[in-house]
Amino acid sequence: MKKIFGRPAGLTETLQRYCPGCGHGIVHRIIGELLVKLDIRERTIGIAPVGCSVFADEYFNCDMIQPPHGRGPAVATGLKRTRPECIVFSYQGDGDLAAMGTSEIIHAAARNENITVIFINNAIFGMTGGQMAPTTLPGMKSTTSVKGRDIEKQGYPIRVCEMLASLDGPYYLERCAVDTPKNVIRSEKALKTAFMNQINNKGFSLVEILSMCPTGWGQTPVQAKKWLGEAMVQYYPLGVYRDRSKEEK
Amino acid sequence: MAEKKLMYGNHAIVEGVIAAGCRFFAGYPITPQNEIPELMSIRMNEIGGVFVQTGSEVAAINMLFGAAAAGKRAMTSSSSPGISLMQEGISYIAGADIPVLVVNVVRGGPGLGNIAPAQSDYYQATRGGGHGDYFTITLAPNSAQELFEFPRLAFELAEKYRNPALILADGLLGQMMEPVELSDELVDPNSLAENEWALSGCKGRERRIVRSYDLRPGKLEEWNLRRIEKYEKIKKNEQRFEATDCDDADLVIVAYGTCARVSDAAKKLARDKGFKVGLLRPITLWPFPTDVFADMSKRIENFLVVEMSCGQMIDDVKLATEHRSKIHFHGRPGGGVPTPSEVYKEIEKVLGGAQ
Repeated sequence: MKKIFGRPAGLTETLQRYCPGCGHGIVHRIIGELLVKLDIRERTIGIAPVGCSVFADEYFNCDMIQPPHGRGPAVATGLKRTRPECIVFSYQGDGDLAAMGTSEIIHAAARNENITVIFINNAIFGMTGGQMAPTTLPGMKSTTSVKGRDIEKQGYPIRVCEMLASLDGPYYLERCAVDTPKNVIRSEKALKTAFMNQINNKGFSLVEILSMCPTGWGQTPVQAKKWLGEAMVQYYPLGVYRDRSKEEK
Repeated sequence: MAEKKLMYGNHAIVEGVIAAGCRFFAGYPITPQNEIPELMSIRMNEIGGVFVQTGSEVAAINMLFGAAAAGKRAMTSSSSPGISLMQEGISYIAGADIPVLVVNVVRGGPGLGNIAPAQSDYYQATRGGGHGDYFTITLAPNSAQELFEFPRLAFELAEKYRNPALILADGLLGQMMEPVELSDELVDPNSLAENEWALSGCKGRERRIVRSYDLRPGKLEEWNLRRIEKYEKIKKNEQRFEATDCDDADLVIVAYGTCARVSDAAKKLARDKGFKVGLLRPITLWPFPTDVFADMSKRIENFLVVEMSCGQMIDDVKLATEHRSKIHFHGRPGGGVPTPSEVYKEIEKVLGGAQ
């Protein structure tokens, strides 16, 4: 029998320990495919965050490093500056990038560091058990906002693409989602652009991907997709927030 | 012929780091070590190295983690409050068994403290400093010459044992000017062998992972126990010290860094007055030179520990001598620097009136 579908060589054969309906697996697959399509797997160094995707160092079939929570962009800077021939990507969740690592991501973006950042925004802390994230929506329930995020006491969510777009530094910023086939295809296109920008030495690219966390949200996978498309996209509009290649033309 | 130059201690560190073949510096300004990033920004530009002024010390240590995980010699410098911020990163780096060099030009603490010289980060430097079971190789220079020479030694030890290395200086050493004999022997960064663990892209080999975690039951314990074996090897092989006039001594002063310089002058004052006083200067603070203390404590009745702190190294002296000798202490915390006559008075107190 002829095998017509399998894992891309950019992913290892290791069983991925994500929950049913989780968006990480979709994004992992896109990256795994791009490592092969762009022929960069053998010169890529990936960075795994702290959170559910900490095990990404076992899933991506390339050199990997696992730094402290939120510090991926700083580690990426050290790697890229000493090995400019390598392709360096930092894979981060919302706790990692938008809470603990705000300083690191802002300064890497401001320096237009020639790295690729993949930012998974699922509006919740997954691994620690569903606590409020910096991206948790107003009124959204979590284990540390059981009656819903109270903006009077717990403040507002952080819109990362909009925040980084206020800087002159970054080369490319886009927000995508993985709730529908159309959005998955758009995510792949954005991630490809983000890697190509690094290959062409253009500088800092970040793709924010709105992603489902049925377990953390207390929903079924189907409900989660629906909720993402309705509630999350409203607060976090999809689109390109910075593309300096347009300015260059 | 090696060139001799009058240099700031902080500048000597920069030239020593470059002579050691290091081409990566990331750091954040803090007094009293600002001369290091300032000169680094110029020198790295001249020689095609990397200089990054970071958003924080947290970012700096993590940039080192990346650069060193890529197999390159990488260093940062800071002073006490900044080094506190780096402890998270140092713990991860130690947990991933990656060699880096961190220079601490110590100032008065705790908190923001002041910008005067101090030795109050001894515990932090010699007990790991961050979370988890680990140690960092810690060298204590006492001159601009050693500030120039120790970076190379630190890198060599760090790489030999795959362990972070610290140089523990202080504000006085960093700010004073002394003649330095610059070595002709420069390490060519391209001559350094590629490490079998370094991240460089997996072309033609198995992919590599650098990390400090292992969630499989029992595996982290095994990993830690292997690291303890490494530490035992370091303790056995790398104890360094300088002993002067200790053979006939009734009292041996124990001091490192600036305090060793002051104590050397105090020792001379005491010798002039007929007191038999020696000086034992630990050069490696971790591993602490326990063997020489174990040996000396069999015949030396008195040790006088002199520190610019409330008393931290004194614990190691007590442990190493196993309380066979009397341990006296003179400390100046919060940025105070002892004078030779002050130390001499302590000697006189212990040994009695002029002999």
